[in-house]
Amino acid sequence: MSTGTPLAEAPGLAAPAGQPALVREPGSLASFWRRLRARPSAVLGLAIVVLLVGVAAFADIVAPYDPTATDWGAVRAAPSLAHPFGGDEVGRDVLSRIIHGARASLGAGLVSVGLAVALGLPIGLLAGYAGGWIDALIMRLTDALLAIPFLILAIALAAFLGPSLTNAMLAIGLSATSTFVRLTRAQVRAVAAEEFVEAARSVGNPPWRIALVHILPNIVPAILVQATLTIAAAIIAEASLSFLGLGQQPPEPSWGAMLTVAKNFMDQAPWMAIWPGLSIFLAVLAFNLLGDGLRDALDPRQRT
Amino acid sequence: MSADMSTDIAEAPGAPLLDVRDLRVVFDAEGGAVHAVNGVSYTLREGETLGIVGESGSGKSVHVLAMLGLIPRPPGRIAGGQVLFEGEDLLALPERRLRRIRGGRIGFVFQDPMSSLNPGMTVAQQIVEPLRIHLGLSARAARARARELLDLVRIPNAAARLDQYPHEFSGGQRQRVMIAIGLACRPKLLIADEATTALDVTVQAEIVALVQELKRELGMAIIWITHDLGVVAGISDTVQVMYAGRILERGPVDAIFADPRNAYTLGLLRSLPDLGRGRAGRQRLHQIEGSPPDMRHPPPGDPFAPRNAYATPRCRAEMPPLAQAPGAAPGHLVAAWYDLPALIAGERPGAREGLRPC
Repeated sequence: MSTGTPLAEAPGLAAPAGQPALVREPGSLASFWRRLRARPSAVLGLAIVVLLVGVAAFADIVAPYDPTATDWGAVRAAPSLAHPFGGDEVGRDVLSRIIHGARASLGAGLVSVGLAVALGLPIGLLAGYAGGWIDALIMRLTDALLAIPFLILAIALAAFLGPSLTNAMLAIGLSATSTFVRLTRAQVRAVAAEEFVEAARSVGNPPWRIALVHILPNIVPAILVQATLTIAAAIIAEASLSFLGLGQQPPEPSWGAMLTVAKNFMDQAPWMAIWPGLSIFLAVLAFNLLGDGLRDALDPRQRT
Repeated sequence: MSADMSTDIAEAPGAPLLDVRDLRVVFDAEGGAVHAVNGVSYTLREGETLGIVGESGSGKSVHVLAMLGLIPRPPGRIAGGQVLFEGEDLLALPERRLRRIRGGRIGFVFQDPMSSLNPGMTVAQQIVEPLRIHLGLSARAARARARELLDLVRIPNAAARLDQYPHEFSGGQRQRVMIAIGLACRPKLLIADEATTALDVTVQAEIVALVQELKRELGMAIIWITHDLGVVAGISDTVQVMYAGRILERGPVDAIFADPRNAYTLGLLRSLPDLGRGRAGRQRLHQIEGSPPDMRHPPPGDPFAPRNAYATPRCRAEMPPLAQAPGAAPGHLVAAWYDLPALIAGERPGAREGLRPC
């Protein structure tokens, strides 16, 4: 399995400073939806994301078997009607493990990115709006963190925190935070230079109100796009950590952990590797398609 | 500056509202400090309309923004002076107290109504802001007042338009909304910074007419900053010509247009087209040669001297004080070492014809 795209090289991740805020004239959710719908790839991405989220949310109902129940008759069994995705090395149903594994993957993606946004957004807002030495300090720390490759940092943190899915989420979230600090700061600085911010100051708004009421809503689209793309990277990171034994612990299923075991049986039972690999591919592709679609739909320069 | 304030007071009634004394603003840029405002002093009376003209970089906008702490600091910094507004020195007030004045007793209207309204907030949300901040109105009362304000600035069907976003308004209507925000708390002073520059000529005329009507209704003082002498002539009681961060000439509007005493003012007036003269007016427009000085290294004397055909050696060496122009209307102040009327009179006949008010 590939260790995935390094976060900082994923498309659209490093927004250049001074890039204009994405949305100039919102107020129309319907028109945004229309622009998103006009992009087949974005709709496909959204459909897959919705499907995966649905499957993960209702895993208990959807999965035909208990994902940890062993069946000696199904050990490394080839795909069949009873086990459409086959059985694994101790006879667990691969389909059920894929379905339950979606919880670990999507959960890790959403929770870690949620954490990264929750930390990165306020810090970036502070850096971008306060400026001066606060900005300099935060940005130098962020630069230092960004200098360490995303996955290496996540592995180091996960190893330090100890192997568990929660710690893997924490490690991924902390590793992705610097990207959001940087993006938020760049966006805040771009919006803060807008004339309406000066106008807001001229009516006597205190700084906190300008930051939260006048600047924050204008940078949400950019953060949303970045978050969607980062979820894709986080899913790969979770799979990588689990593959290395630093994420989801057996017997609970996780796509990455399933691959670790499957690599020992590539000759006899290739389906053990194919399905989790395909799932990771599909989930990452879906979030990337959705993220790209969101960016295009929210970008005023591409409107016609 | 030894501006003679007593002549001013004798001329116009009304108590002093804003008293700017020797204001100096510097921007610490790479390559040296930029001296943006270099000792500006003047008094604005209650209910007076002051038109400030000058080209980009003359300090006309920067000096009013600096008074209210609206320039970025750093790199900007106030290097000296006092600005007394209703007896309080604005430059000495802490930011918290200044915020109570901004939008409350002093309202602003900015240049570009396309970009000075927040695109993500409805018009009501933006008009309500100063009302809630300064007057502490409840959400309901503020909204009712916002509706009245839209009526006041003649936006038809105000109630229905409150919840619309700025992009649903035309340029002229957005500037009306900006004026509504500027006037929301019934300020004693309204500062309009190039408020009509970004608008069509016809819309400009509507906005100027609206401001004049509102002034008659509400009686606030106005500082109208522009580079458009036509607008200044229509709206001002007093005109002040700024160049390189200094006031070069100041006086009653009629006096400035009919009897300019500074060569820069003359240059500005001569660069206006005169459509009223028919074929006789069809001549190449006058243009002031050269460009404004590099304010990192302001010239030692009169900053306009390098571009001024009438400049004397003294102009290049020593800055003239702003003082009552000899033989001019009371309150007509000029900073010049030369006697402009005498110099023009010596030129070819007809040269003064360009000086009529437009």
